[in-house]
Amino acid sequence: MFHLSPDEWTAVLLSLRISIVATVFALPFGIAVAWVLARTQFYGKALLDGIAHLPLVLPPVVTGYLLLISFGRKGLIGAFLEEHFGLVFSFRWTGAALACGVMGFPLMVRPIRLALEAIDRRLEDAGATLGASRPLVFLTITLPLALPGVIAGLMLCFARALGEFGATITFVSNIPGETQTISAAIYTLLQVPGGDAKAAGLVLVAIVLALTAVIASEFFARRAGMRFQGE
Amino acid sequence: MSVLAVDVERELGTFKLTARFEAAGGVTGMFGPSGSGKTTIANMIAGLLTPDRGSIALDDRVLFDAADRINVPPHRRGIGYVFQEGRLFPHLSVRQNLDYGRRMSGRAANPKEFERIVTLLEIGHLVDRRPRLLSGGERQRVAIGRALLMHPHLLLLDEPLASLGSSHKREILPYLTRLRDDAHVPMIYVSHNAAELRRIATSVVRLDAGQVVAAGGLDLLNDAEADALG
Repeated sequence: MFHLSPDEWTAVLLSLRISIVATVFALPFGIAVAWVLARTQFYGKALLDGIAHLPLVLPPVVTGYLLLISFGRKGLIGAFLEEHFGLVFSFRWTGAALACGVMGFPLMVRPIRLALEAIDRRLEDAGATLGASRPLVFLTITLPLALPGVIAGLMLCFARALGEFGATITFVSNIPGETQTISAAIYTLLQVPGGDAKAAGLVLVAIVLALTAVIASEFFARRAGMRFQGE
Repeated sequence: MSVLAVDVERELGTFKLTARFEAAGGVTGMFGPSGSGKTTIANMIAGLLTPDRGSIALDDRVLFDAADRINVPPHRRGIGYVFQEGRLFPHLSVRQNLDYGRRMSGRAANPKEFERIVTLLEIGHLVDRRPRLLSGGERQRVAIGRALLMHPHLLLLDEPLASLGSSHKREILPYLTRLRDDAHVPMIYVSHNAAELRRIATSVVRLDAGQVVAAGGLDLLNDAEADALG
């Protein structure tokens, strides 16, 4: 019963590549936005908070549409990136990664922000009196203490990216070998009469991948948290 | 010769702090009831709190001057700070905590000096543990060692014994007097406990309600007790 055709394998590997790239590239932005939200006060902070959460509450199709008009070849940002960096998103796997990263972003920011808010700031003061500049305090105290939150954010973003469908298909369509992820491949199979049996293999892969991500993140977050408890 | 010259003002809500004093070498006891502004002054000396007005100088080096807009950030002041609650880094081992100041300043490891401080404070058997597993007294000894190993020009100790039970207090005091006699680092020792200061301090600055009310020798501690009794 469990047999994947070469095309289905392609979709699985593509999904993994897109999700990993999306998560890795979202991380620095996620940490930066989480830090700003956790640590700073400024006029319009609620707006930033709202924008960061937008992909969570907007219909994915709308997010995909917004990406299309801004990051498409004729979009303002898309045209700029193509001209200056040769970076094209529309109908490419990179565009799928962008859509997945944007969709996973709010899920990444939230746990990191909570972890940053929970840190005892007095430890950072102690670091400063011991000669650590602000960037060094961040790297050697703040970030390690927030690590369980960072891991949770990574996992949630990755899982969201793996399951992304609406924004991706709206933005970069459903091209086998380029933008056809597991979800899109399952959707395509289901469009054909009798395809539900064929889709079972991919469905199983999706379940296994999601479970692995959850268990792995739980394991790493626990290990990171344990370092504070003792040996 | 004065080592530390403090002349600061700071308003915190309705509390107004005005402090002017000088400290020489040895151990200057900053003495006063809780809420008199002792920790606030310590934080300003360390650079963790900015005064509204005034100046702070250490060894003829200006750390803060409101008029000249000088405000050296805490990481460049070279002032060791032992906090009431220790504030050891929970994600680092005791050894990494002790080494933190050296690593941040990029100095080469000096095993001899490390050994000397660890022996002085008798924390050698603890270096591979996590701070969470230490007793309160052990934690404070590690915090003192951590501050000493950064080569401070001045050591601030803010009620280092306040969070400890009386038996642990007795455990730490000998280390502190040893420190005073061997380490040759000037210290500001913040406490509301006259008996404690009598054991460790060489001079006293008395604070009350955000004001320096007296500065001088250990006899000020007796006056305070007389005041309290009166």
